[in-house]
Amino acid sequence: MKIQTVDRELSIKTEKLSKRFGQFTAVNEITFDVHKGEIFGFLGANGAGKTTAMRMLCGLSTPTSGKAQIAGFDVYKHTEDIKRNIGYMSQKFSLYEDLTVLENIRFFGGIYGLSNQQLKTKSEQLITQLGIQQEAKKLVSSLPLGWKQKLSFSVAVLHEPEIVFLDEPTGGVDPVTRRQFWNLIYEASDRGITIFVTTHYMDEAEYCNRISIMVDGKIEALDTPANLKQRFNASSMDDVFYQLARGAQRTEG
Amino acid sequence: MRTIKFLLQKEFRQILRNKTIRGMIFIMPVIQLIIIPLAADYEVKNINISVADHDHSSYTQKLISRITASGYFRLTGYTASFKEAFQQIEQDEADLILEIPAGFEKDLIRGNEQKLFIAINAINGVKASLGGAYLSTIIRNYNDEIRVALIQPSRYNNVPTIEIASANWFNPEMNYHVFMVPGILAILVTMVGGFLSALNIVKEKESGTIEQINVTPIRKHHFIIGKLIPFWILGNLIFTIGLVIAWLIYGIIPQGNLAVLYTCTSVYLLAILGFGLLISTFCDTQQQAMLIMFFFMMIFILMGGLYTTIDSMPAWAKVVSQFNPASYLIEAARMVILKGSRLRDVLPHIIKLSMFAIALNGWAIYNYKKTS
Repeated sequence: MKIQTVDRELSIKTEKLSKRFGQFTAVNEITFDVHKGEIFGFLGANGAGKTTAMRMLCGLSTPTSGKAQIAGFDVYKHTEDIKRNIGYMSQKFSLYEDLTVLENIRFFGGIYGLSNQQLKTKSEQLITQLGIQQEAKKLVSSLPLGWKQKLSFSVAVLHEPEIVFLDEPTGGVDPVTRRQFWNLIYEASDRGITIFVTTHYMDEAEYCNRISIMVDGKIEALDTPANLKQRFNASSMDDVFYQLARGAQRTEG
Repeated sequence: MRTIKFLLQKEFRQILRNKTIRGMIFIMPVIQLIIIPLAADYEVKNINISVADHDHSSYTQKLISRITASGYFRLTGYTASFKEAFQQIEQDEADLILEIPAGFEKDLIRGNEQKLFIAINAINGVKASLGGAYLSTIIRNYNDEIRVALIQPSRYNNVPTIEIASANWFNPEMNYHVFMVPGILAILVTMVGGFLSALNIVKEKESGTIEQINVTPIRKHHFIIGKLIPFWILGNLIFTIGLVIAWLIYGIIPQGNLAVLYTCTSVYLLAILGFGLLISTFCDTQQQAMLIMFFFMMIFILMGGLYTTIDSMPAWAKVVSQFNPASYLIEAARMVILKGSRLRDVLPHIIKLSMFAIALNGWAIYNYKKTS
């Protein structure tokens, strides 16, 4: 089967996408589609290959084999076009700690080519939305983790990308802040931004339109949370995940 | 262009917020320029001499007082046997032994000829060879005086002599400060440029911010230029502070055109910054970058002609120093500051440094991978 040149209804389309490091196959022939505007949960145990897969989709890592189109662009040939159309929030907090909130917003907005007018309105909007008027001129290093994560997400969608990739965005964050974080995700989704998110919290998995569960580099299940629960005859997503991940060979990686 | 503006804004904020860097900008040139030229003096003083005197005459007393009066030697032992004097060398109390044979005075006056023996502790090469040379000169002068006093002047000298008069141009007093300062200025910009740039990208790798940069559509060369320009300005600033200190403390004012001097430094900075950035593209941690940079820094400094001239190096080392960008700036800085060389004279240096700058920065851009 050949990937159609540009399918605007799909934000992500992969076919047998693989990444090998020497003998080790981190990602093993994953095939899936993500629709535009969808919230797609990308689940898997530690070491299942989620981050590696996400890095390939973001153009940070070149696949070993297989095909993938992100926002209509090929992951081999047009990585820089992909980068213009996506936002990325890594597992590790990666805004500049020695710059203030406003300076970070200005810098990343500027890099994505926002005009001065846009930078001004966007900054004000973002600071009001997050309710951090008091902290706008403080160094990011002085913010608590939950605030940093919300800021990080807001910066990742500052340039209104087609897709935003979130790698365990709520790790180590308290439940109230997690709820606020998901409100931000819903708001972005309502604006038509496709959300691709990895998480270890099964309550968060329930918030997704569809989820995939990766085990040992392969996608073992992909459906809506309700359908998955039905299929595995489980009462919760926890149960579904447990049934699938129990058979995993790899635990850390 | 707009991207570069944002990058520069960010880099300058980060640099100026960094207390250590802010402090180093002023402290490093001051300390290096005040301490190193004063300490790194080629004139050897305080050479410990032990005299084994078998003669004990008034002539030997005169010779010894002549030696100690020169200011270079310190009499640490006066013994009657070579064996005792040699013990002092073994115990590192003496650097030199002067052995005066028995009957020195008598033979000198009667026989017109006498032999002295000098034994040198060659562990410290510079001290030994210079000490030996100083001592020989003192003895020769002393000898000439005795000859003048004792020998009947004949109508013509029976031995033809050539009197040598030398003049030290561009540094008339052979002042080592004058010689060292331009070289230290060159080392100063090397250290600042090399280390700051080598650590910078690696720091972003360690903190993970590089990942956030790599996922943006930023162009590679924009990113490198954004890193290059702030350190380039910083390097020139430190060089300027160094020049002011050289003027205030040593009274050294560049004899040549300042524009020529700054052209050399600016081009050199591009080369050394490119080298630092290249290293940082290879390393994953600041520790690695620091170690590698230090390794090259030692070679740059010790083989750059700052302390030992490249002309006295063996042929293979001369070839190596051709690939040492620091050697070109050290030489060019001395030429322009001390000799007043013009653009035409240092143009070969500038051309070679430009080639380094282009090659190293090009390599750094090539080696910086946004997608691994």
